Order: sequence, then structure tokens, then C-alpha cells
Amino acid sequence: MSANLVALAYLIASVFFILALKGLSSPLTARRGNLFGMVGMAIAVITTLTITKNWALILACIALGGTIGAVVARRVQMTAMPELVAFMHSLVGLAAVFIAIAAVNNPVSFGLPAVLPMGSKLELFLGTFIGAMTWSGSVIAFLKLSGRMSGAPITFGGQHMVNLILAVVMVVFGLWFFFSETTNWPAFATMTAIAFVLGFLIIVPIGGADMPVVISMLNSYSGWAAAGIGFSLGNPMLIIAGSLVGSSGAILSYIMCKAMNRPFLSVILGGFGSEGGTAAAVGDGTQKTYRSGSADDAAFLMGNADSVIIVPGYGLAVARAQHSVKELAEKLHEKGVNVRFAIHPVAGRMPGHMNVLLAEAEIPYEQVLEMDEINSDFSNTDVVLVLGANDVVNPAANVPGSPIYGMPILDAHKARTVMVVKRSMAAGYAGLDNDLFYMDKTMMVFGDAKKVVEEMVKAL
Amino acid sequence: MIGEVDPTIINLTVFVLAVFVGYHVVWNVTPALHTPLMSVTNAISGIILVGAMLAAGPAETDWGVWLGAVAVTLAAINVFGGFLVTQRMLEMFRKKDKKGS
Repeated sequence: MSANLVALAYLIASVFFILALKGLSSPLTARRGNLFGMVGMAIAVITTLTITKNWALILACIALGGTIGAVVARRVQMTAMPELVAFMHSLVGLAAVFIAIAAVNNPVSFGLPAVLPMGSKLELFLGTFIGAMTWSGSVIAFLKLSGRMSGAPITFGGQHMVNLILAVVMVVFGLWFFFSETTNWPAFATMTAIAFVLGFLIIVPIGGADMPVVISMLNSYSGWAAAGIGFSLGNPMLIIAGSLVGSSGAILSYIMCKAMNRPFLSVILGGFGSEGGTAAAVGDGTQKTYRSGSADDAAFLMGNADSVIIVPGYGLAVARAQHSVKELAEKLHEKGVNVRFAIHPVAGRMPGHMNVLLAEAEIPYEQVLEMDEINSDFSNTDVVLVLGANDVVNPAANVPGSPIYGMPILDAHKARTVMVVKRSMAAGYAGLDNDLFYMDKTMMVFGDAKKVVEEMVKAL
Repeated sequence: MIGEVDPTIINLTVFVLAVFVGYHVVWNVTPALHTPLMSVTNAISGIILVGAMLAAGPAETDWGVWLGAVAVTLAAINVFGGFLVTQRMLEMFRKKDKKGS
């Protein structure tokens, strides 16, 4: 194929990628959008095959990777989506680094001059270091999300100084690579190694509750890495696709930060929620009293209510309770109770996590409402059932001086009765005590979310 | 025009316009579909597969080709895994729509 035809085919593929994202504006068009994405990718791959050799090797690798990808996509639990997404970000990062190394080794095969011009070197530098940071950062995010590593932030003195020094050293080696007349492998290798370490150091201090921001940010990085490689290879399709992903991740990070009322920079600098999981009752030292009840009591109260709002949180995902919750909602619905779900933007460990879990359990779309849509209804609601959520319903967010002051919350405390299903009185990831638990109208039901909900279903 | 425009400038033009398009398209995505958005963008960033194929493509085989081959495999996991898991999730949302209406 001629270079012009290839470029035109790439343009068509790029348009398909834009349509893929556009389709997600509504659940009705989303599947068609995904199909557009696949078509775009197929066009891109087939077109590229016409300008490469080693077909057998390439097709074998695609088949191998494709099989692994397909198996993973089929087997993964919906509760494990955040881990899967983090895992896939890491692959993009690593692939970007490998491609950049291959391009430095043999520029001609990418249509670049045999002696790399300065512009290409700069672009390769950018693609490599973003890719390397994406890889190591995503690996840490994956380990934290899958529980293979503690979600607690790991901090040490002078952390930011170390990061800054490393970044400066990395740029110095990048400049050395940039200004060397021949291919300067030592400079390139050192720079890449530092980028790997930096990605690791930047994510380590960020706590579990901030994972929705981290995962969106790494999503963004993986896009910029692809765009960076697009710059190096002078390939507009890679630039377009990468930029789409990059801006998507950036917007999601922004939405998540806004929902936590935290500046992006403070999330990235990390260290928040150091006391995650420690005992409650911080501050005044006096033991506050709370009321606890059984699942049967809770079921009785809900069965006699007119309206119930269920607030799901990360605890629901951990306990994999979405199917039991669906049964509970159906049972209540049969009794004529108006059941709805209230979703906080940062509930769970990634944007939209709760929506996917409830969709998996086939809970009707119109019962699931976003925070803005439902917040004014809490005051007219008989019972709120909080399932494994904590900080997103903490009224401390309305108290000036509180560490989470200003964070938009679900107004669960305004309902007539509040029931909280939780494993213990331990604080949430923010390390804060939750006054909601000590209100007179609140009943605590202790236990694993799934077991408690199953008992409730039985009692109804 | 006077002289030739540096390819980097042309790339930069494409880049800036694409960021604008991405910005406007993504703000229209409904919050309920943010997880599928992440998985489909995962698949799309697998476009890096094209770069990997070029790395694995030259006729004379050296270690760079093998590095490219590994990159092809990694990117293919992303492309297939990303699109298929998105499809699986969106099927779930479809079932819900049928019941609702």
C-alpha cells in the first residue's frame, strides 16, 4: 500500500475511535460504540500489516496476546474490574517502552532517519519516560487494588525531595541522550530506569481511598504514552487515539477529585488516610454510644417503610453482595416499598464501579440514581440502608475544620431512619470517625455485607 | 508557505485538536458508564499495537524485532481484553434497559 493510502486508512480508524467514545453517552448507543472501536482497531491492524514483514511472527504474537486477553475478559469478576484496568494500563506502558527501545535500536524500520534527529530523540524520550512511569505505577496500583499489597500509604521523610531529585537527574540524562551525536545507550538506559523507579515512588504513598483518582490518572498516562509513541513515529492515528484516552483519563481524574473535594496535587503527593482501618473514637477520647441491631430487625423496619434508599460502597464489592442486594430490592418492591439506589461518584475503587456491579445483578436502570439526582430526596425517605460505605455518608463533611470538609456527600443523615451494615466500628479510609453511626436514629448491623443482606432477605 | 513545516509541528497540530475532541466527547459520557469508558479507552490505547508491529516488522531479525514481538503480544492483550470486557459489561446494561422499559 502506498504511504498516502495507509495514512487515509489510519484517518478512518481514528474517526471510528472518536465514534466509539461518543457512543458511551448513553447505554443505548454504547454497544454500537464499542463495535466502532473494534472496527477502527481492525482497520488499523490490517493496514499496518501491509507495510511490515515477519507476518508469521506478528500474527502469532497477536493470536497469543488476543487469546490471553479474551480469556481474562471472560473470566474476570465484575468486582475485580479495577485490578484488571490497572493491569492493562501497565501493559500499555511496558509496550511503549519496548517500542521506544526498538526505535532507538533501528530507526529505519519505523521510517525514521538512521541517525535520529533531535526532534525524534525528544519525542522518544517523552514516550519512554511516560510509558515507564505508567508501567511501574500501574503495577503498584494493581498490587494495592488486588490486596496483594496493603492499601495504606507508604510514606517516608524527604519523599518529595527524593522524587524531585530523581526527576531532575532523569531530565539531565534525557538531555545527554538528546545532545549526543551518536546513539547514547547509557544515557537512554539510565533515564528509563529512573522513570521506572519514579512511577513506583509516586504511587506508593497514595492510599486506597484515592485509588479512583490514581486509576483514572494512570488511564490518562497510558493514553499520553501512546500519543508520545505516535509523535516519535510521526503517526497521527497513534497521536489521536492516545490523546482521546489521555483526555478521557484526565477528565475522570478531575471528576473524582471534585467528588472528594481534594485538589489533584494533594492526591498525587499522597499520604492521605494514614490511619485507615484503625479504631474509631478519635479526638475527644470519650466512648460514644451507638445502637446495634440484628438483620431481622432491619428487615422488619424496611418491610414496613414506604421508601428505602440503598447506599452501596466498597464493602459491597468486597463482599460480592450485589446479587443478594438485588433479591432484597425485589422482595421490598413486592411489598410495595419504593426502593432506589444512591451512587456517590467515588463509591468503590474506580469511576462507575457501583453502576457496573448493580448492572451485573440486573437491577433496573431507573432505580439507580447519581448523587445530584437523589440527594434532595433523603429527607423524605423512611429508611436509608448504607452497605459498606462510610466516608461518602459522613456528615463531618459539612463541619468546617474537618479533614473532609467540603466533600460532597450523600445526605443519608437526613432520612428518618438510618441503617448501616458494616463489619466493625473501624474508621473508613479517611481515618475519620463517622458521626452518622452515633445518631439516635441510626442502627448498626454488624457483619459481612453479603451475609447480612441474605439474612434480611430471609426475614422478609 | 515559506519553506517546509517541521513534521513535529504538524503532529502537534493533530495532538491539540485531538485533545479538544476528546475533551468534548468524554464530558458527554454518562457517569453510569465510567467503568466501561475506562475499559474501552484501555482497548483504544492498545493502538500502540501498530507501533509494536512496526518494531517487529523489519526483514533483518535482531533483538529489536524480538522486543517488538513482546510488545505486540502485550498490546494485543489490551486490545482484545479491553474490547471484550467492555462488551461484556455493556451487555449487562442492556439487560437492564429491556427490563426497565
